Amino acid sequence: MTAAVFFGCAFIAFGPALALYVFTIATEPLRIIFLIAGAFFWLVSLLISSLVWFMARVIIDNKDGPTQKYLLIFGAFVSVYIQEMFRFAYYKLLKKASEGLKSINPVSGLGFGIMSGVFSFVNTLSDSLGPGTVGIHGDSPQFFLYSAFMTLVIILLHVFWGIVFFDGCEKKKWGILLIVLLTHLLVSAQTFISSYYGINLASAFIILVLMGTWAFLAAGGSCRSLKLCLLCQDKNFLLYNQRSR
Amino acid sequence: MLAGTVRFARHCLKFFPAQKPACVDFGASRGRAMLTFMASDSEEEVCDERTSLMSAESPTPRSCQEGRQGPEDGENTAQWRSQENEEDGEEDPDRYVCSGVPGRPPGLEEELTLKYGAKHVIMLFVPVTLCMIVVVATIKSVRFYTEKNGQLIYTPFTEDTPSVGQRLLNSVLNTLIMISVIVVMTIFLVVLYKYRCYKFIHGWLIMSSLMLLFLFTYIYLGEVLKTYNVAMDYPTLLLTVWNFGAVGMVCIHWKGPLVLQQAYLIMISALMALVFIKYLPEWSAWVILGAISVYDLVAVLCPKGPLRMLVETAQERNEPIFPALIYSSAMVWTVGMAKLDPSSQGALQLPYDPEMEEDSYDSFGEPSYPEVFEPPLTGYPGEELEEEEERGVKLGLGDFIFYSVLVGKAAATGSGDWNTTLACFVAILIGLCLTLLLLAVFKKALPALPISITFGLIFYFSTDNLVRPFMDTLASHQLYI
Repeated sequence: MTAAVFFGCAFIAFGPALALYVFTIATEPLRIIFLIAGAFFWLVSLLISSLVWFMARVIIDNKDGPTQKYLLIFGAFVSVYIQEMFRFAYYKLLKKASEGLKSINPVSGLGFGIMSGVFSFVNTLSDSLGPGTVGIHGDSPQFFLYSAFMTLVIILLHVFWGIVFFDGCEKKKWGILLIVLLTHLLVSAQTFISSYYGINLASAFIILVLMGTWAFLAAGGSCRSLKLCLLCQDKNFLLYNQRSR
Repeated sequence: MLAGTVRFARHCLKFFPAQKPACVDFGASRGRAMLTFMASDSEEEVCDERTSLMSAESPTPRSCQEGRQGPEDGENTAQWRSQENEEDGEEDPDRYVCSGVPGRPPGLEEELTLKYGAKHVIMLFVPVTLCMIVVVATIKSVRFYTEKNGQLIYTPFTEDTPSVGQRLLNSVLNTLIMISVIVVMTIFLVVLYKYRCYKFIHGWLIMSSLMLLFLFTYIYLGEVLKTYNVAMDYPTLLLTVWNFGAVGMVCIHWKGPLVLQQAYLIMISALMALVFIKYLPEWSAWVILGAISVYDLVAVLCPKGPLRMLVETAQERNEPIFPALIYSSAMVWTVGMAKLDPSSQGALQLPYDPEMEEDSYDSFGEPSYPEVFEPPLTGYPGEELEEEEERGVKLGLGDFIFYSVLVGKAAATGSGDWNTTLACFVAILIGLCLTLLLLAVFKKALPALPISITFGLIFYFSTDNLVRPFMDTLASHQLYI
């Protein structure tokens, strides 16, 4: 596969995350550390869930067939649950070390998101640099593109989940945590229920937009501030103007 | 052996803390909490090491608590037949946490401390990451460093044995030999230092960096050109290697722009790590990594540990450390420089101002070797400390090398899997972060290898054996978690 596929898919999947990193995190050393801590927490959660899956597989004795698939689904669900638990632990850590949680909101989910995206996509990416033909056995030839978009969705979803989750923890609304967990499970589940790329992607994007709106509102945004931002009429700038008069 | 000893010398000398603790001077005008690290040896500081150790606070306006930490030795001298090894230990010379002017709200102080601590952590993250990137990129692209072409004389037992038990035994024996060689070398170096055989040590350091900068660079360049099938004629090669090596020698052992010196140190650490990755057999490498971190822990924390003794001797004599063995991320040079630059007022905003760095080399006391042990310059103007001195953090090259060995081995043997490499990378960075945090808390010498290497090893083995099958199975069924 060509270099175009490699670079294209890499930027599709990691471009927004990189932009978020450059604009919100790279300037503050503390946030970089929190980002890496977030990545570490996700990694530990993955480790524990792999351990659970592995032990379950050993107990059920490694038979092939539908048992393996159910075991995998079980493993995936356990993994989602453990990820959310670690997100809560991460919240506790940031709370302890925080300088005010609001200011580190982009970081809260980005660490998780980047690590999750990287782990699911990097091997595929490096394979795309090698020789081969996609879909030669009847699978979809859009495999790389689909994977890239799905990774993008997952990364952004983690960012939004992080914001919403932290907001819920701050306001002690535990229902929000449950909703985050359920949407995560939903996104994960629909990737294996349906094997049609289009449907998967479309529903994932719908959930992404919904979560994005929720996160925007939770972080203090509103229609008005969005309008001001888009029309370059920043509030601070207006106030400054008034003062200077 | 000679080279090995040189290495040791390098590595041990590296630990010597600057004679004077780098006390950040917070004049009454500025009170700023920061984590300061020792940066320059020839600076005269008000907070003298001794006074700091004896009393909890430094005289008058500054209240500095000096925490002198012995350098941690990340050593590892790997002596191997090719010599040229730089021993790198980790050195965390004195670290001081100086609180700012009284009267500031304590919360703000803490926040600033955290912020500046974070800045110093990032100043270490960047070079460690760069070194690892260079090593991983080379491992993944140049076949030479993953081919088995013999072993070092320090690891004589082969791992091509039929049984698992025999292989394990051989790797343990290899480790024992390697570690004992390192211990002997360290002790030899302590003895040399105690009896003031400085010329000998200097000669070694120069010889080993000569070999690294010329011979290993030549080999590396040769392999890279072979991999990409690029032809280079000998005159061009000679010119390139000569320039690279000569500038490297000047930057590392004498004066040069800080960024260039840092780049050279990163490159030589990467070269050393690559050699280790190539010549250490698989299981031996992992056992050696584990044993080195245990040794590091013991050597730095035990009262009779060689590294601790080295530090104490250096402290008694108020002597500088050899800058050639330490990576320094100093941003601004500190007060007391004879050519005090008024523009250094704004230095903090321009961390890598080359002008400043050049000046700083004066105070770093990196003159030619015969002068290196001269007493610190006495012509310093009082404490003018008008500018805030922000020193950088120093980390021994040995730590760079062993972190890169771990990540490189993960990249080389992790069955072509990038997840393992990334997991080890994150684990090492978190270990480094925790070590620096502990350092700020305990304010004494802490070894930098144990936590990172432990995390790295745990993550390597668990990712390779548990996470990889899980992720592969998920990927083959197109499941996203």
